[in-house]
Amino acid sequence: MSSMVPDQYQSASEIAELVTTGEISAIEILERHLNHIEQYEKDVHAFNLVTIDEARAAAEETDKLIAKGERVGPLAGVPVAVKDNLCTEGIPTTASSKILEGWKPPYDATVVKKLKEAGATIVGKTNLDEFAMGSSTENSAFGPTRNPHDLSCVPGGSSGGSAAAVAAGFAPIAIGSDTGGSIRQPASLCGVVGVKPTYGGVSRYGLLAFASSLDQVGPFATSVKDAAIVHEVIGGYDPLDSTSIKQTSNSFLEVLDKDISTLKVGVISELMGGIDGITREVIEQANKAVSVLSAAGAQVEEISLPAALYCLSAYYLIAPAEASSNLSRYDGVRYGLRIDGANLNEMNVNTRTEGFGDEVKRRIMLGTYALSAGYYDAYYGKALKVRRLLAENFAALYKEYDVLLSPTSPCTAFKLGEKVSDPMTMYVNDVCTIPSNLVGHPAISIPFGHGQDGMPIGVQILAPPMKEPVMYQVAHTLEMAAQ
Amino acid sequence: MNQEIFKDNWELIVGLEVHTELATKTKLFCGCLNQFGNEPNTNVCPVCLGLPGSLPVVNEIAVYFAMQLGRALHCSVNRSVFARKNYFYPDMPKDYQISQYDLPTNLEGYLELPSGETIGIERAHIEEDTGKTTHIGTSGRISGADYSLVDYNRAGVPLIEIVSKPEIRTIEQAKAYVSELRGIILALEISDAKMEEGSIRVDANVSVREIGENDLRTRCEIKNVNSLKSLGRAIEYEANRHIGLYKNGESPRQETRHWDENAGRTRSGRSKEDAEDYRYFPEPDLVPLNPSEETITKIDQEMPELPSKRREKLANLTGVKPSDVALLVERNHDVFALDVIRRGGLPDQVVKHLVNNLSAGLGELTAESLAQLVQMENKSEITSTQAKKMLGELVQRGGTPAELATELGFEAIETNEIENLVDQLINQHSDEWERFCSGDTKVQGFFVGQVMKATSGQADGKLINQILNERSTSK
Repeated sequence: MSSMVPDQYQSASEIAELVTTGEISAIEILERHLNHIEQYEKDVHAFNLVTIDEARAAAEETDKLIAKGERVGPLAGVPVAVKDNLCTEGIPTTASSKILEGWKPPYDATVVKKLKEAGATIVGKTNLDEFAMGSSTENSAFGPTRNPHDLSCVPGGSSGGSAAAVAAGFAPIAIGSDTGGSIRQPASLCGVVGVKPTYGGVSRYGLLAFASSLDQVGPFATSVKDAAIVHEVIGGYDPLDSTSIKQTSNSFLEVLDKDISTLKVGVISELMGGIDGITREVIEQANKAVSVLSAAGAQVEEISLPAALYCLSAYYLIAPAEASSNLSRYDGVRYGLRIDGANLNEMNVNTRTEGFGDEVKRRIMLGTYALSAGYYDAYYGKALKVRRLLAENFAALYKEYDVLLSPTSPCTAFKLGEKVSDPMTMYVNDVCTIPSNLVGHPAISIPFGHGQDGMPIGVQILAPPMKEPVMYQVAHTLEMAAQ
Repeated sequence: MNQEIFKDNWELIVGLEVHTELATKTKLFCGCLNQFGNEPNTNVCPVCLGLPGSLPVVNEIAVYFAMQLGRALHCSVNRSVFARKNYFYPDMPKDYQISQYDLPTNLEGYLELPSGETIGIERAHIEEDTGKTTHIGTSGRISGADYSLVDYNRAGVPLIEIVSKPEIRTIEQAKAYVSELRGIILALEISDAKMEEGSIRVDANVSVREIGENDLRTRCEIKNVNSLKSLGRAIEYEANRHIGLYKNGESPRQETRHWDENAGRTRSGRSKEDAEDYRYFPEPDLVPLNPSEETITKIDQEMPELPSKRREKLANLTGVKPSDVALLVERNHDVFALDVIRRGGLPDQVVKHLVNNLSAGLGELTAESLAQLVQMENKSEITSTQAKKMLGELVQRGGTPAELATELGFEAIETNEIENLVDQLINQHSDEWERFCSGDTKVQGFFVGQVMKATSGQADGKLINQILNERSTSK
């Protein structure tokens, strides 16, 4: 096993403090990370593009502000890697698809804008499964990303590039998107913290849509505290996103260090062995987490989330259905790839045939079918019912419990190529993470122990909508115990 | 074209789908200007170009306009959900159109025609317009074009689609429906509603059946109708085509057909049978519209007077023909007419001027001026010819009729002066005078003309005739 993981991570909050107080310059921090990238990136392939020039310009700008004594944001000088499905003005944004060849967005995603305003140095665009469809980052038009803990293993996906970038120490912070677990599952497989915020808590403006009702942007970090800091930076109401929530939450850091003795935690029995495919060692780690929380004084009980049994099926109807529509615009007419044809229709078909990979095509076909006249009620309509049922299940549980707990991924990182030929096995990877997306609730994955193969295992804390503070609080307790 | 439609036992069935571009300042889902006639692709942004990552945000004014129209059409205004209508076409940046499907903003209303008949409204929903494609090449159509140009300035312009029930039974009703709907839209000031410029677009679903039948037969959707006149012609052509087919033992097939104005016929477009499945589903990027009770109440309270009510008011005045009432309301001159009448203008004269002499618009003319002018005319201080001339001036530059009459030298000519002129003419043209007296009315115009000439057109024609008749009977 060849590990690319540094012995120790420097946290984002520490970097920001050093930079803000002038103890170290932003450019120095950046160069250190660029060197690290230079050394290991060819093995890991976390990035589609390292934006060296833009990063240097941004770091120098931060240093200038500090030299002038001006206020800088909470992420001053912190290198941040951004998933390549988030728009960056003037910088290619590909979603790891050939179809966006040559396209440079004329605008920054709201999240990117907020990161820049907070003083972050954006170091590059990270690899992903094409259009965020996948759980291993193998479905990238630009080749797979490898797990920094073991280069023969996948980093998970679809935000595998972002997870690997943080795990490899290329950047203390990365941004990903989570539609069915695309932040939490790779975080789990790469041994870092990953957060899917409440739906509407972070703007989707500038995120290349996969499944609009499920997509949510969130942070990767090496600590719960860093994740919470970044979450606060990128979150909040955005008038450009109609699904953005106006209500403001308390600071995510407010109760981070508070003890959890007054809290009630439910353990989702369906995800602790109730559903096939979740490995014993993963369940064991989750049980250890339960013990930690009990020992810390929380009241922990096993609970049932019956609709969890249908989540995977519902997800694989809703997500492809929305994707089939969202990806229509990649037609060769206005931007990106165009493969000519004898007429318009042929040009559309040629472009999409050449531009999209197999998994994207599979999901477009699935979704198109699910939405077709005569099938809508049986498929899409039914999936929406599962969604409602699940929301009722959760609502009932949250009357009694503050947070819920489950594993994040059913297994540790698997080998490259191991599951690519069998989409169903691949899809099962999301069984623990999908419920949160279907109901729009927040969830976090934190590293908690290792498997027999030495690869990281993650534990997931789920919370009610807009209750991130308690989610971070419980996660922080587990993090302390894990260290 | 023979008029089979009016023969035999055939009944015409028409349902209309009217698209109206809303006159909002900005587009439906972004802040780009909603403006016609600008340089192509200048009123565009990531949202209306459908660039990856962009998201729609609904224009609340457009929603308000749509609800106003719904209430004016007696619809219930409901919680509504935007839906995506999926199909590929280059003028649609996202390759789906944001529209409404099973939960439209307005449901179940009716429109009252000037005749008093009502036509049911099924729904009136909000959707975005597409861009505009120009195909370069000899065909002018997409097939066979050398290349095509797309202007996305129109992409994302707010539209309301008003769908009638298939309750229209005559061509006259169809035309009256569109013109009444236009009147309502203009009264609400939510669109300029110009059919020729495409801010109102009408598609007609046409079918026929034999009188007494209960079920509807196959319908065809006629597009590309650009005026009320073509609407009538297109419906008539299509109905006759159907009747012809049925008489030959054939049936029309359900399809979209395009009206060819020059050829005076409809042509087959794409067939509905193999038409695309639009795969409608709720638009996940937008939240449902939930109009509050207060909003609906406010809309109802602020509802301007609609054409039907305005017609009623004008019709209540004596001496105004129903056709003139409809015309003035359509021209939006009814409020002005009532104002003039209130200031002392005689209703029939006021309406006569508005209908005949002021069709091009009122310009600088005030209600007070028209009232005074009508009074002057009534007191024979000016002639009708002079009145007409003065109206032209008043529309152009305003002012009061009294001052204008002085300026133009339009002083009333004394009766005895005209009597003298008439007597002179009788002496000078004794032959003509004999013919007049023996009942040849053709020479009457000669005498009137001569008097007019001598008075530079300032004499009152009525008065001249009166004198001529007096002289002939007293002869």
